Amino acid sequence: MSNIPKDLKYTKSHEWVKLNGDGTVTVGITHHAQDLMGDMVFVDLPQAGTKVTSGKECGVVESVKAASDVYAPVSGEIVEANAALADSPETVNKDPYGAGWMFRLKPANKAEVDALLDAKAYEALVASEKH
Amino acid sequence: MGLRTPLYENHLKMGAKIVDFGGWDMPLHYGSQIEEHHKVRKDCGMFDVSHMNVVDVKGAKVRDFFRLLLANNVDKLKTQGKALYSCMLTAKGGVIDDLIVYYMDDQWFRVVMNAATRDKDMAWVNSAAKEFGGLTVTPRNDMAMIAVQGPNAKEKVYQALGEALRAPAGALKPFHAVTVGELFIATTGYTGEDGFEIILPAKAAPFTWQMLNEAGVPPIGLGARDTLRLEAGMNLYGSDMDETTTPLESGLAWTVALEPAERKFIGREVLDKQKAQGVPRQLVGLLLEGKGVLRNHQKVMCNGAGEGEITSGSFSPTLEQSIAFARVPASVKIGDRCTVDLRGKPATVRVVKYPFVRNGKSCI
Repeated sequence: MSNIPKDLKYTKSHEWVKLNGDGTVTVGITHHAQDLMGDMVFVDLPQAGTKVTSGKECGVVESVKAASDVYAPVSGEIVEANAALADSPETVNKDPYGAGWMFRLKPANKAEVDALLDAKAYEALVASEKH
Repeated sequence: MGLRTPLYENHLKMGAKIVDFGGWDMPLHYGSQIEEHHKVRKDCGMFDVSHMNVVDVKGAKVRDFFRLLLANNVDKLKTQGKALYSCMLTAKGGVIDDLIVYYMDDQWFRVVMNAATRDKDMAWVNSAAKEFGGLTVTPRNDMAMIAVQGPNAKEKVYQALGEALRAPAGALKPFHAVTVGELFIATTGYTGEDGFEIILPAKAAPFTWQMLNEAGVPPIGLGARDTLRLEAGMNLYGSDMDETTTPLESGLAWTVALEPAERKFIGREVLDKQKAQGVPRQLVGLLLEGKGVLRNHQKVMCNGAGEGEITSGSFSPTLEQSIAFARVPASVKIGDRCTVDLRGKPATVRVVKYPFVRNGKSCI
């Protein structure tokens, strides 16, 4: 079963977004996304200072099975990338909502954050993809 | 719903992620494909390979039949229980399937073929046997097959299934088989490790699987099976060869017996011609020196020599870098550098000899 925390926001491309309360958000890929990909072997993330655009690819996760882009959930500037994932990409599988986080981002426009999916809407999306 | 092996319920109980494989519902992994891979290299693991097609061919002229049907020569099988790896070819020299044939006795050979090619294999074998006359061809759908592989595999099999197996199975040289009671035990495999492949009655499979698991043998899915065989330098039908390629272009020249010249086998004329004129393409190993993963069907640019294509690309858990097989022009040499387009970025790969890994150790 998919694990979809209630306190996070989501994208249609299976990223999760956590509001940190300091004007930044933390981004990772969902449990469902890592489960579909299988064992991660490489994670390539944007560097701090990179300007990213909502819906555009800004990183890559690669599993034994496949490669997949990671999309910026909202426009803004990367504050920090999770450097630990370079040496232990399997953390994305083991703890996708915790230690497997990918980057912190300072959104340019708060309205974009508000427009992200809530847990219920994301759950419906995952359910619809299964059919 | 796809076809299911007698071990399907065991897989579900063990938390398998089930995927379609050639029409069969098979376990991809039971949690982590990479952890399963390492278990086989360092300890042992078991694979449900009951989807594979076990066929018994019987009759007075069974040896003559296989002399004609296979590119390798069954006359290499001189003692009962000896196994031979071979391709079965079309008249044009293309590979219909790769298989293992066991010499059971003078009137009985057992063949193990791939699951995904079952229908066309059976059509081919049946029509060839019919023309030959006097043979019975029996698919053993009443059988299951479990592979137990890894440095500790044999010891765990004796522990789980009985000390009585130690003497007969332990005495087997590589690529031999022996029947002990209801078990047909062979020293074959698809991982590059020590171990057995066991053919047994389907009814006995769930219990046997459970006994092995209780003796400490973890289940391994098809995901790890693929990375293990690729590291071990073993071809996968449908990826590395098919009916559009000859064995000589697929790294399988060692399985083709052109001597003695008077043995006629199906596809021979094309192979003789290719050998005389020079084989235009070859299968080589590739090693990606940087990060990323080589994938099937990516194009390989071989500097002045032309272009090739990756036939099997993946991540090697043992080497912790990406490896591949590629079909490239014959002029490409071991040690050459080629370029692969990796998601829009050019990446340098080194042409290497395979196997990449044998008995747990890097060969690179």
